[in-house]
Amino acid sequence: MRRIINLRPSSGSAALLAALPFFLLLIAYLLGSSARLADNPEDKLLPAFSKIGAAIQQYAIDPDPRSGEILLWADTAASLARLAWGLAISAAIGLTFGIVTGIVPYARAGLSPFIAALSLIPPLAILPILFIVFGLGELSKVVLIVIGIAPFLVRDLAQRTAELPAEQIIKAQTLGASSWQLTLRVVLPQLLPRLLDSLRLSLGSAWLFLIAAEAIAAENGLGYRIFLIRRYLAMDVILPYVLWITLIAFAMDYLLRTITRTAFPWYAGAGK
Amino acid sequence: MTTLSIRHLWKEYGEQVVLENVNLEVKDNEFITIVGASGCGKTTFLRMLLGEEEPSRGTFLIDGTPLPNEPGPDRGIVFQRYSVFPHLTVLGNVLLGLELAAAPLTGRLFGAQRRAALEQARDMLDSVGLSEAQDKYPHMLSGGMQQRLSIAQSVIKNPKVLLLDEPFAALDPGLSADMHKLILKLWERHKMNIFMITHDLKEGFELGTRLLVFDKVRLDPQAPGRYGATITYDIPLGVTGKKLFDELTTTTQRTERFVDHLAPA
Repeated sequence: MRRIINLRPSSGSAALLAALPFFLLLIAYLLGSSARLADNPEDKLLPAFSKIGAAIQQYAIDPDPRSGEILLWADTAASLARLAWGLAISAAIGLTFGIVTGIVPYARAGLSPFIAALSLIPPLAILPILFIVFGLGELSKVVLIVIGIAPFLVRDLAQRTAELPAEQIIKAQTLGASSWQLTLRVVLPQLLPRLLDSLRLSLGSAWLFLIAAEAIAAENGLGYRIFLIRRYLAMDVILPYVLWITLIAFAMDYLLRTITRTAFPWYAGAGK
Repeated sequence: MTTLSIRHLWKEYGEQVVLENVNLEVKDNEFITIVGASGCGKTTFLRMLLGEEEPSRGTFLIDGTPLPNEPGPDRGIVFQRYSVFPHLTVLGNVLLGLELAAAPLTGRLFGAQRRAALEQARDMLDSVGLSEAQDKYPHMLSGGMQQRLSIAQSVIKNPKVLLLDEPFAALDPGLSADMHKLILKLWERHKMNIFMITHDLKEGFELGTRLLVFDKVRLDPQAPGRYGATITYDIPLGVTGKKLFDELTTTTQRTERFVDHLAPA
Protein backbone atom coordinates (compact mmCIF):
# COMPACT_ATOMS: atom_id res chain seq x y z
CA MET A 1 0.00 0.00 0.00
CA ARG A 2 1.41 3.33 -1.02
CA ARG A 3 1.41 6.28 1.35
CA ILE A 4 -1.80 8.29 1.20
CA ILE A 5 0.16 11.39 0.18
CA ASN A 6 1.22 9.57 -3.01
CA LEU A 7 -2.25 8.47 -4.09
CA ARG A 8 -3.62 10.83 -6.75
CA PRO A 9 -7.15 10.87 -8.19
CA SER A 10 -7.62 10.75 -11.97
CA SER A 11 -9.20 13.85 -13.49
CA GLY A 12 -12.60 12.15 -13.68
CA SER A 13 -12.64 11.02 -10.08
CA ALA A 14 -11.28 14.44 -9.00
CA ALA A 15 -14.33 16.06 -10.58
CA LEU A 16 -16.62 13.58 -8.82
CA LEU A 17 -14.86 14.20 -5.50
CA ALA A 18 -15.21 17.95 -6.00
CA ALA A 19 -18.97 17.60 -6.60
CA LEU A 20 -19.49 15.28 -3.64
CA PRO A 21 -19.56 17.83 -0.74
CA PHE A 22 -22.00 20.03 -2.68
CA PHE A 23 -24.22 17.06 -3.32
CA LEU A 24 -24.09 15.97 0.34
CA LEU A 25 -25.02 19.48 1.49
CA LEU A 26 -27.99 19.45 -0.89
CA ILE A 27 -29.16 16.06 0.43
CA ALA A 28 -28.78 17.23 4.03
CA TYR A 29 -30.83 20.32 3.25
CA LEU A 30 -33.57 18.32 1.54
CA LEU A 31 -33.79 15.85 4.43
CA GLY A 32 -33.78 18.58 7.06
CA SER A 33 -36.30 20.65 5.16
CA SER A 34 -38.80 17.84 4.61
CA ALA A 35 -38.49 16.70 8.25
CA ARG A 36 -39.19 20.19 9.56
CA LEU A 37 -42.02 20.78 7.07
CA ALA A 38 -43.62 17.46 8.08
CA ASP A 39 -43.69 18.74 11.67
CA ASN A 40 -44.88 22.23 10.79
CA PRO A 41 -45.97 23.15 7.24
CA GLU A 42 -45.48 26.85 8.11
CA ASP A 43 -41.81 26.38 9.01
CA LYS A 44 -39.66 29.21 7.64
CA LEU A 45 -36.17 28.07 8.54
CA LEU A 46 -35.58 25.49 5.81
CA PRO A 47 -38.14 26.27 3.09
CA ALA A 48 -38.97 23.73 0.38
CA PHE A 49 -37.41 24.22 -3.08
CA SER A 50 -40.84 25.10 -4.48
CA LYS A 51 -41.05 27.99 -2.03
CA ILE A 52 -37.53 29.14 -2.90
CA GLY A 53 -38.46 28.90 -6.58
CA ALA A 54 -41.45 31.13 -6.02
CA ALA A 55 -39.27 33.66 -4.18
CA ILE A 56 -36.76 33.67 -7.03
CA GLN A 57 -39.63 34.26 -9.44
CA GLN A 58 -40.79 37.18 -7.32
CA TYR A 59 -37.36 38.80 -6.86
CA ALA A 60 -35.43 37.94 -9.98
CA ILE A 61 -38.04 37.77 -12.76
CA ASP A 62 -41.21 39.71 -11.91
CA PRO A 63 -40.91 43.47 -11.42
CA ASP A 64 -41.64 44.77 -7.93
CA PRO A 65 -45.25 46.05 -7.85
CA ARG A 66 -44.26 49.19 -5.92
CA SER A 67 -41.12 50.38 -7.71
CA GLY A 68 -41.53 48.55 -11.02
CA GLU A 69 -37.91 47.33 -10.76
CA ILE A 70 -36.72 43.77 -10.72
CA LEU A 71 -35.33 43.77 -7.19
CA LEU A 72 -32.48 41.28 -7.58
CA TRP A 73 -31.04 43.13 -10.58
CA ALA A 74 -31.47 46.54 -8.97
CA ASP A 75 -29.77 45.29 -5.79
CA THR A 76 -26.98 43.64 -7.77
CA ALA A 77 -26.33 46.77 -9.82
CA ALA A 78 -26.22 48.99 -6.71
CA SER A 79 -23.88 46.64 -4.81
CA LEU A 80 -21.55 46.02 -7.74
CA ALA A 81 -21.26 49.76 -8.42
CA ARG A 82 -20.20 50.36 -4.80
CA LEU A 83 -17.82 47.42 -4.90
CA ALA A 84 -16.29 48.50 -8.21
CA TRP A 85 -15.70 52.05 -7.00
CA GLY A 86 -14.24 50.79 -3.73
CA LEU A 87 -11.91 48.34 -5.47
CA ALA A 88 -10.84 50.80 -8.16
CA ILE A 89 -10.01 53.58 -5.69
CA SER A 90 -8.23 51.13 -3.39
CA ALA A 91 -6.23 49.75 -6.31
CA ALA A 92 -5.14 53.26 -7.34
CA ILE A 93 -4.14 54.12 -3.77
CA GLY A 94 -2.44 50.76 -3.29
CA LEU A 95 -0.42 51.05 -6.49
CA THR A 96 0.63 54.67 -5.94
CA PHE A 97 1.62 54.45 -2.30
CA GLY A 98 2.86 50.87 -2.61
CA ILE A 99 5.32 51.77 -5.35
CA VAL A 100 6.41 55.05 -3.79
CA THR A 101 7.02 53.57 -0.34
CA GLY A 102 8.56 50.48 -1.92
CA ILE A 103 11.10 52.33 -4.01
CA VAL A 104 11.80 55.73 -2.40
CA PRO A 105 13.60 55.28 0.95
CA TYR A 106 12.52 58.71 2.21
CA ALA A 107 8.86 57.97 1.44
CA ARG A 108 9.23 54.59 3.16
CA ALA A 109 10.73 56.21 6.27
CA GLY A 110 8.00 58.85 6.37
CA LEU A 111 4.92 56.85 5.43
CA SER A 112 5.35 53.17 6.29
CA PRO A 113 4.82 53.45 10.08
CA PHE A 114 1.82 55.69 9.50
CA ILE A 115 0.25 53.25 7.03
CA ALA A 116 0.99 50.34 9.36
CA ALA A 117 -0.81 52.19 12.17
CA LEU A 118 -3.76 53.06 9.89
CA SER A 119 -4.15 49.47 8.82
CA LEU A 120 -4.64 48.43 12.46
CA ILE A 121 -7.78 50.55 12.88
CA PRO A 122 -10.77 48.20 12.67
CA PRO A 123 -12.72 49.76 9.77
CA LEU A 124 -16.11 48.80 11.19
CA ALA A 125 -15.30 50.67 14.41
CA ILE A 126 -15.12 53.91 12.47
CA LEU A 127 -18.20 53.23 10.36
CA PRO A 128 -20.28 55.64 12.52
CA ILE A 129 -17.69 58.34 11.87
CA LEU A 130 -17.96 57.69 8.13
CA PHE A 131 -21.73 58.01 8.26
CA ILE A 132 -21.41 61.27 10.21
CA VAL A 133 -18.73 62.72 7.93
CA PHE A 134 -19.80 61.42 4.53
CA GLY A 135 -23.55 61.08 5.10
CA LEU A 136 -25.68 58.03 4.51
CA GLY A 137 -25.29 58.05 0.71
CA GLU A 138 -23.04 56.07 -1.61
CA LEU A 139 -19.87 57.86 -0.56
CA SER A 140 -19.67 56.47 2.99
CA LYS A 141 -20.10 52.90 1.69
CA VAL A 142 -17.33 53.28 -0.88
CA VAL A 143 -15.10 54.94 1.72
CA LEU A 144 -15.63 52.02 4.11
CA ILE A 145 -14.44 49.56 1.45
CA VAL A 146 -11.44 51.79 0.67
CA ILE A 147 -10.50 52.16 4.34
CA GLY A 148 -10.96 48.44 4.76
CA ILE A 149 -8.71 47.19 1.99
CA ALA A 150 -6.46 50.05 0.79
CA PRO A 151 -3.96 49.79 3.70
CA PHE A 152 -3.55 46.06 3.02
CA LEU A 153 -3.01 46.75 -0.69
CA VAL A 154 -0.46 49.50 0.02
CA ARG A 155 1.55 47.31 2.37
CA ASP A 156 1.33 44.25 0.15
CA LEU A 157 2.41 46.14 -2.97
CA ALA A 158 5.20 47.94 -1.11
CA GLN A 159 6.43 44.49 -0.11
CA ARG A 160 6.18 43.22 -3.71
CA THR A 161 8.08 46.30 -4.93
CA ALA A 162 10.81 45.74 -2.37
CA GLU A 163 11.03 42.10 -3.46
CA LEU A 164 12.00 42.99 -7.02
CA PRO A 165 15.63 41.85 -7.29
CA ALA A 166 18.10 44.65 -6.47
CA GLU A 167 20.04 43.51 -9.56
CA GLN A 168 17.16 44.66 -11.78
CA ILE A 169 16.97 48.08 -10.16
CA ILE A 170 20.73 48.60 -10.53
CA LYS A 171 20.70 47.27 -14.08
CA ALA A 172 17.97 49.75 -15.05
CA GLN A 173 20.07 52.59 -13.65
CA THR A 174 23.07 51.48 -15.69
CA LEU A 175 20.79 51.63 -18.73
CA GLY A 176 20.22 55.28 -17.91
CA ALA A 177 16.82 55.09 -16.20
CA SER A 178 15.76 58.04 -14.05
CA SER A 179 13.68 57.33 -10.93
CA TRP A 180 10.57 58.14 -12.93
CA GLN A 181 11.52 55.95 -15.90
CA LEU A 182 12.48 53.15 -13.54
CA THR A 183 9.01 53.33 -11.99
CA LEU A 184 7.24 53.55 -15.32
CA ARG A 185 9.11 50.91 -17.30
CA VAL A 186 10.46 48.47 -14.71
CA VAL A 187 8.44 48.61 -11.49
CA LEU A 188 4.88 49.44 -12.55
CA PRO A 189 4.53 46.82 -15.30
CA GLN A 190 5.83 44.13 -12.96
CA LEU A 191 3.45 45.20 -10.19
CA LEU A 192 0.25 45.12 -12.26
CA PRO A 193 -0.20 41.33 -12.13
CA ARG A 194 0.76 41.40 -8.46
CA LEU A 195 -1.92 44.05 -7.92
CA LEU A 196 -4.50 41.70 -9.44
CA ASP A 197 -3.31 38.95 -7.08
CA SER A 198 -3.66 41.24 -4.07
CA LEU A 199 -7.09 42.43 -5.23
CA ARG A 200 -8.20 38.83 -5.48
CA LEU A 201 -7.10 38.23 -1.90
CA SER A 202 -8.95 41.32 -0.67
CA LEU A 203 -12.23 40.55 -2.46
CA GLY A 204 -13.54 38.72 0.61
CA SER A 205 -12.91 41.72 2.87
CA ALA A 206 -14.39 44.08 0.29
CA TRP A 207 -17.64 42.10 0.30
CA LEU A 208 -17.63 42.04 4.09
CA PHE A 209 -17.38 45.81 4.33
CA LEU A 210 -19.91 46.34 1.55
CA ILE A 211 -22.54 44.18 3.19
CA ALA A 212 -21.87 45.68 6.60
CA ALA A 213 -22.36 49.20 5.25
CA GLU A 214 -25.50 48.21 3.35
CA ALA A 215 -26.95 46.41 6.36
CA ILE A 216 -26.75 49.54 8.46
CA ALA A 217 -27.87 52.29 6.13
CA ALA A 218 -28.94 51.84 2.51
CA GLU A 219 -31.98 51.90 0.27
CA ASN A 220 -30.94 49.06 -2.00
CA GLY A 221 -28.18 46.53 -2.48
CA LEU A 222 -27.70 42.82 -1.85
CA GLY A 223 -26.69 43.29 1.79
CA TYR A 224 -29.56 45.71 2.39
CA ARG A 225 -32.11 43.22 1.03
CA ILE A 226 -30.85 40.34 3.16
CA PHE A 227 -30.98 42.40 6.33
CA LEU A 228 -34.40 43.85 5.41
CA ILE A 229 -36.15 40.53 4.91
CA ARG A 230 -34.37 39.01 7.91
CA ARG A 231 -37.19 40.62 9.93
CA TYR A 232 -39.68 38.27 8.26
CA LEU A 233 -37.42 35.23 8.64
CA ALA A 234 -37.69 34.97 4.83
CA MET A 235 -35.10 32.24 4.34
CA ASP A 236 -36.63 31.52 0.92
CA VAL A 237 -35.21 34.90 -0.23
CA ILE A 238 -32.06 35.04 1.92
CA LEU A 239 -30.71 31.70 0.68
CA PRO A 240 -30.90 32.56 -3.05
CA TYR A 241 -29.35 35.95 -2.32
CA VAL A 242 -26.44 34.36 -0.48
CA LEU A 243 -25.97 31.87 -3.30
CA TRP A 244 -26.04 34.72 -5.82
CA ILE A 245 -23.41 36.70 -3.88
CA THR A 246 -21.21 33.60 -3.72
CA LEU A 247 -21.59 33.11 -7.44
CA ILE A 248 -20.64 36.73 -8.17
CA ALA A 249 -17.61 36.49 -5.87
CA PHE A 250 -16.52 33.31 -7.64
CA ALA A 251 -16.96 34.94 -11.05
CA MET A 252 -14.89 37.97 -10.00
CA ASP A 253 -12.11 35.75 -8.71
CA TYR A 254 -12.15 33.74 -11.93
CA LEU A 255 -12.15 36.89 -14.04
CA LEU A 256 -9.17 38.39 -12.20
CA ARG A 257 -7.25 35.14 -12.52
CA THR A 258 -7.98 34.94 -16.24
CA ILE A 259 -6.88 38.54 -16.80
CA THR A 260 -3.66 37.89 -14.88
CA ARG A 261 -2.91 34.88 -17.02
CA THR A 262 -3.75 36.31 -20.44
CA ALA A 263 -2.64 39.93 -20.07
CA PHE A 264 0.70 39.07 -18.39
CA PRO A 265 1.96 35.93 -20.09
CA TRP A 266 5.42 36.46 -18.62
CA TYR A 267 4.17 36.48 -15.03
CA ALA A 268 3.72 32.75 -14.40
CA GLY A 269 7.36 32.04 -15.27
CA ALA A 270 8.86 35.23 -13.89
CA GLY A 271 10.05 33.58 -10.70
CA LYS A 272 12.61 31.50 -12.57
CA MET B 1 39.25 56.78 -24.36
CA THR B 2 38.71 55.84 -20.74
CA THR B 3 41.12 55.64 -17.85
CA LEU B 4 40.64 54.71 -14.23
CA SER B 5 42.88 55.77 -11.43
CA ILE B 6 42.58 54.37 -7.91
CA ARG B 7 44.91 55.66 -5.19
CA HIS B 8 45.19 54.60 -1.55
CA LEU B 9 41.65 53.29 -1.53
CA TRP B 10 40.26 52.00 1.77
CA LYS B 11 36.85 50.59 2.53
CA GLU B 12 35.77 49.99 6.11
CA TYR B 13 32.51 49.09 7.79
CA GLY B 14 33.02 50.24 11.37
CA GLU B 15 35.87 48.09 12.74
CA GLN B 16 35.81 45.75 9.78
CA VAL B 17 38.40 46.59 7.14
CA VAL B 18 37.39 45.16 3.77
CA LEU B 19 39.87 46.78 1.40
CA GLU B 20 43.12 48.39 2.43
CA ASN B 21 45.38 50.59 0.40
CA VAL B 22 44.33 49.53 -3.08
CA ASN B 23 46.21 51.23 -5.92
CA LEU B 24 45.39 50.66 -9.55
CA GLU B 25 45.88 52.45 -12.84
CA VAL B 26 43.79 51.25 -15.76
CA LYS B 27 44.51 52.30 -19.34
CA ASP B 28 42.02 52.45 -22.18
CA ASN B 29 40.46 49.25 -23.52
CA GLU B 30 41.79 46.84 -20.90
CA PHE B 31 40.11 43.55 -20.09
CA ILE B 32 40.71 42.90 -16.43
CA THR B 33 39.79 39.71 -14.64
CA ILE B 34 39.60 39.70 -10.87
CA VAL B 35 40.00 36.58 -8.77
CA GLY B 36 40.29 36.01 -5.04
CA ALA B 37 38.87 34.08 -2.11
CA SER B 38 35.35 34.88 -0.97
CA GLY B 39 35.24 37.73 1.51
CA CYS B 40 38.24 39.44 -0.05
CA GLY B 41 36.45 42.54 -1.26
CA LYS B 42 35.98 41.65 -4.93
CA THR B 43 32.29 42.41 -4.79
CA THR B 44 32.82 45.50 -2.65
CA PHE B 45 35.28 46.73 -5.27
CA LEU B 46 32.74 46.11 -8.02
CA ARG B 47 30.00 47.87 -6.06
CA MET B 48 32.31 50.89 -5.75
CA LEU B 49 32.87 50.86 -9.51
CA LEU B 50 29.09 50.79 -9.92
CA GLY B 51 28.58 53.65 -7.51
CA GLU B 52 26.65 51.51 -5.03
CA GLU B 53 29.33 52.02 -2.37
CA GLU B 54 31.61 54.94 -1.65
CA PRO B 55 35.24 54.60 -0.63
CA SER B 56 35.98 55.28 3.03
CA ARG B 57 39.32 56.88 2.10
CA GLY B 58 41.35 57.44 -1.03
CA THR B 59 40.49 58.55 -4.53
CA PHE B 60 38.66 56.73 -7.28
CA LEU B 61 38.84 58.63 -10.56
CA ILE B 62 37.31 57.83 -13.94
CA ASP B 63 38.78 59.96 -16.74
CA GLY B 64 40.25 62.21 -14.07
CA THR B 65 37.00 62.99 -12.26
CA PRO B 66 35.64 61.31 -9.13
CA LEU B 67 33.35 58.36 -9.79
CA PRO B 68 29.64 59.29 -9.50
CA ASN B 69 28.01 57.96 -6.32
CA GLU B 70 25.21 56.16 -8.11
CA PRO B 71 24.97 53.78 -11.08
CA GLY B 72 24.86 55.41 -14.49
CA PRO B 73 24.87 54.59 -18.20
CA ASP B 74 28.66 54.92 -18.57
CA ARG B 75 29.15 51.76 -16.49
CA GLY B 76 27.21 48.67 -17.59
CA ILE B 77 26.74 45.60 -15.42
CA VAL B 78 25.95 41.92 -15.91
CA PHE B 79 25.17 40.05 -12.71
CA GLN B 80 25.20 36.33 -12.17
CA ARG B 81 21.36 36.30 -12.10
CA TYR B 82 18.27 38.51 -12.28
CA SER B 83 19.72 41.12 -14.58
CA VAL B 84 17.18 40.91 -17.39
CA PHE B 85 13.63 42.19 -17.10
CA PRO B 86 11.11 39.34 -16.98
CA HIS B 87 8.20 41.45 -18.24
CA LEU B 88 9.89 42.48 -21.49
CA THR B 89 10.55 40.31 -24.52
CA VAL B 90 14.12 39.69 -25.61
CA LEU B 91 13.86 42.52 -28.12
CA GLY B 92 12.17 44.76 -25.55
CA ASN B 93 14.99 44.12 -23.09
CA VAL B 94 17.62 45.31 -25.58
CA LEU B 95 15.45 48.18 -26.77
CA LEU B 96 14.93 49.50 -23.25
CA GLY B 97 18.29 51.26 -22.92
CA LEU B 98 17.74 53.12 -26.21
CA GLU B 99 14.20 54.13 -25.25
CA LEU B 100 15.24 55.43 -21.83
CA ALA B 101 17.89 57.66 -23.35
CA ALA B 102 15.64 59.15 -26.03
CA ALA B 103 12.33 59.54 -24.16
CA PRO B 104 12.83 60.97 -20.67
CA LEU B 105 9.11 61.32 -19.95
CA THR B 106 7.45 58.23 -21.38
CA GLY B 107 10.44 55.89 -21.65
CA ARG B 108 9.00 54.73 -24.98
CA LEU B 109 9.69 55.51 -28.63
CA PHE B 110 7.20 55.81 -31.46
CA GLY B 111 7.22 56.02 -35.25
CA ALA B 112 10.47 56.50 -37.12
CA GLN B 113 12.53 56.83 -33.95
CA ARG B 114 11.24 53.48 -32.77
CA ARG B 115 11.98 51.83 -36.10
CA ALA B 116 15.55 53.10 -36.02
CA ALA B 117 16.01 51.88 -32.44
CA LEU B 118 14.47 48.52 -33.31
CA GLU B 119 16.94 48.09 -36.13
CA GLN B 120 19.83 48.84 -33.81
CA ALA B 121 18.45 46.42 -31.21
CA ARG B 122 18.05 43.66 -33.81
CA ASP B 123 21.66 44.15 -34.96
CA MET B 124 22.77 43.83 -31.35
CA LEU B 125 20.73 40.65 -30.86
CA ASP B 126 22.21 39.30 -34.06
CA SER B 127 25.74 39.80 -32.79
CA VAL B 128 25.00 37.80 -29.63
CA GLY B 129 23.10 35.12 -31.56
CA LEU B 130 19.66 35.76 -30.11
CA SER B 131 17.79 36.87 -33.27
CA GLU B 132 15.64 33.75 -33.31
CA ALA B 133 14.46 34.39 -29.75
CA GLN B 134 13.59 38.06 -30.09
CA ASP B 135 9.89 37.67 -29.25
CA LYS B 136 10.33 35.30 -26.32
CA TYR B 137 10.19 36.26 -22.67
CA PRO B 138 13.32 35.68 -20.58
CA HIS B 139 11.83 32.80 -18.56
CA MET B 140 11.59 30.82 -21.80
CA LEU B 141 15.36 31.14 -22.37
CA SER B 142 18.17 28.98 -21.02
CA GLY B 143 20.57 30.44 -18.46
CA GLY B 144 23.24 31.00 -21.11
CA MET B 145 20.83 32.83 -23.40
CA GLN B 146 19.66 35.02 -20.51
CA GLN B 147 23.27 36.00 -19.82
CA ARG B 148 23.87 36.78 -23.49
CA LEU B 149 20.75 38.92 -23.43
CA SER B 150 21.95 40.75 -20.35
CA ILE B 151 25.31 41.41 -22.04
CA ALA B 152 23.60 42.67 -25.21
CA GLN B 153 21.36 44.92 -23.13
CA SER B 154 24.37 46.59 -21.53
CA VAL B 155 26.65 46.73 -24.57
CA ILE B 156 24.07 48.51 -26.74
CA LYS B 157 24.53 51.54 -24.45
CA ASN B 158 28.23 51.66 -25.42
CA PRO B 159 29.41 51.95 -21.81
CA LYS B 160 32.93 53.10 -21.03
CA VAL B 161 33.22 50.30 -18.51
CA LEU B 162 31.47 46.94 -18.52
CA LEU B 163 31.34 45.12 -15.18
CA LEU B 164 30.78 41.38 -15.12
CA ASP B 165 30.02 39.83 -11.72
CA GLU B 166 30.66 36.09 -12.11
CA PRO B 167 28.48 36.14 -15.21
CA PHE B 168 29.10 32.53 -16.22
CA ALA B 169 29.32 30.92 -12.77
CA ALA B 170 25.77 29.52 -12.91
CA LEU B 171 26.16 28.08 -16.42
CA ASP B 172 27.12 24.62 -17.63
CA PRO B 173 30.91 24.41 -17.94
CA GLY B 174 30.57 23.53 -21.63
CA LEU B 175 28.97 26.87 -22.36
CA SER B 176 31.84 28.98 -21.00
CA ALA B 177 34.00 28.65 -24.12
CA ASP B 178 31.24 30.10 -26.32
CA MET B 179 30.56 32.87 -23.84
CA HIS B 180 34.28 33.72 -23.68
CA LYS B 181 34.44 34.00 -27.46
CA LEU B 182 31.38 36.26 -27.43
CA ILE B 183 32.63 38.59 -24.74
CA LEU B 184 36.05 38.94 -26.43
CA LYS B 185 34.37 39.76 -29.74
CA LEU B 186 32.22 42.46 -28.14
CA TRP B 187 35.18 43.84 -26.23
CA GLU B 188 37.17 44.25 -29.43
CA ARG B 189 34.29 45.78 -31.36
CA HIS B 190 33.04 48.22 -28.75
CA LYS B 191 36.36 49.30 -27.20
CA MET B 192 35.27 49.11 -23.57
CA ASN B 193 37.13 48.54 -20.35
CA ILE B 194 35.92 45.25 -18.92
CA PHE B 195 36.19 44.21 -15.30
CA MET B 196 35.22 40.61 -14.76
CA ILE B 197 35.01 38.96 -11.36
CA THR B 198 35.36 35.23 -11.47
CA HIS B 199 35.68 32.37 -9.02
CA ASP B 200 37.34 30.29 -11.65
CA LEU B 201 41.08 30.93 -11.73
CA LYS B 202 41.32 29.14 -15.06
CA GLU B 203 38.79 31.51 -16.59
CA GLY B 204 40.81 34.41 -15.22
CA PHE B 205 43.91 33.06 -16.94
CA GLU B 206 42.23 32.50 -20.29
CA LEU B 207 40.37 35.76 -20.63
CA GLY B 208 41.55 39.31 -20.58
CA THR B 209 44.68 41.38 -20.77
CA ARG B 210 45.36 41.59 -17.09
CA LEU B 211 44.68 39.54 -13.99
CA LEU B 212 44.20 41.03 -10.54
CA VAL B 213 44.23 38.93 -7.38
CA PHE B 214 42.50 40.28 -4.30
CA ASP B 215 43.79 38.72 -1.12
CA LYS B 216 44.44 39.45 2.54
CA VAL B 217 48.13 40.00 3.18
CA ARG B 218 47.86 39.50 6.92
CA LEU B 219 45.64 36.94 8.56
CA ASP B 220 45.14 37.55 12.29
CA PRO B 221 42.86 34.96 13.93
CA GLN B 222 42.54 37.22 17.00
CA ALA B 223 41.26 40.16 14.96
CA PRO B 224 40.03 38.84 11.62
CA GLY B 225 38.40 42.14 10.67
CA ARG B 226 41.47 44.18 11.48
CA TYR B 227 43.22 43.65 8.15
CA GLY B 228 41.55 44.04 4.78
CA ALA B 229 42.35 42.68 1.36
CA THR B 230 44.35 44.39 -1.31
CA ILE B 231 45.64 43.62 -4.79
CA THR B 232 48.37 41.06 -4.21
CA TYR B 233 49.08 40.15 -7.82
CA ASP B 234 48.76 42.33 -10.91
CA ILE B 235 49.69 40.16 -13.85
CA PRO B 236 49.68 41.18 -17.50
CA LEU B 237 48.51 38.74 -20.15
CA GLY B 238 51.10 36.32 -21.44
CA VAL B 239 53.12 35.60 -18.30
CA THR B 240 50.55 33.14 -16.97
CA GLY B 241 51.78 29.62 -16.51
CA LYS B 242 51.38 26.43 -14.56
CA LYS B 243 53.67 27.53 -11.75
CA LEU B 244 51.83 30.80 -11.21
CA PHE B 245 48.48 29.03 -11.42
CA ASP B 246 49.49 26.65 -8.61
CA GLU B 247 50.90 29.48 -6.53
CA LEU B 248 47.69 31.51 -6.80
CA THR B 249 45.55 28.46 -6.08
CA THR B 250 47.52 27.85 -2.89
CA THR B 251 47.37 31.41 -1.60
CA THR B 252 43.67 31.97 -2.31
CA GLN B 253 42.79 28.62 -0.76
CA ARG B 254 44.74 29.56 2.35
CA THR B 255 42.65 32.71 2.73
CA GLU B 256 39.44 30.87 1.87
CA ARG B 257 40.13 28.37 4.68
CA PHE B 258 40.92 31.21 7.07
CA VAL B 259 37.62 32.96 6.25
CA ASP B 260 35.71 29.67 6.48
CA HIS B 261 37.06 28.88 9.92
CA LEU B 262 35.95 32.23 11.23
CA ALA B 263 32.44 31.91 9.85
CA PRO B 264 30.05 31.42 12.77
CA ALA B 265 28.72 28.17 11.25
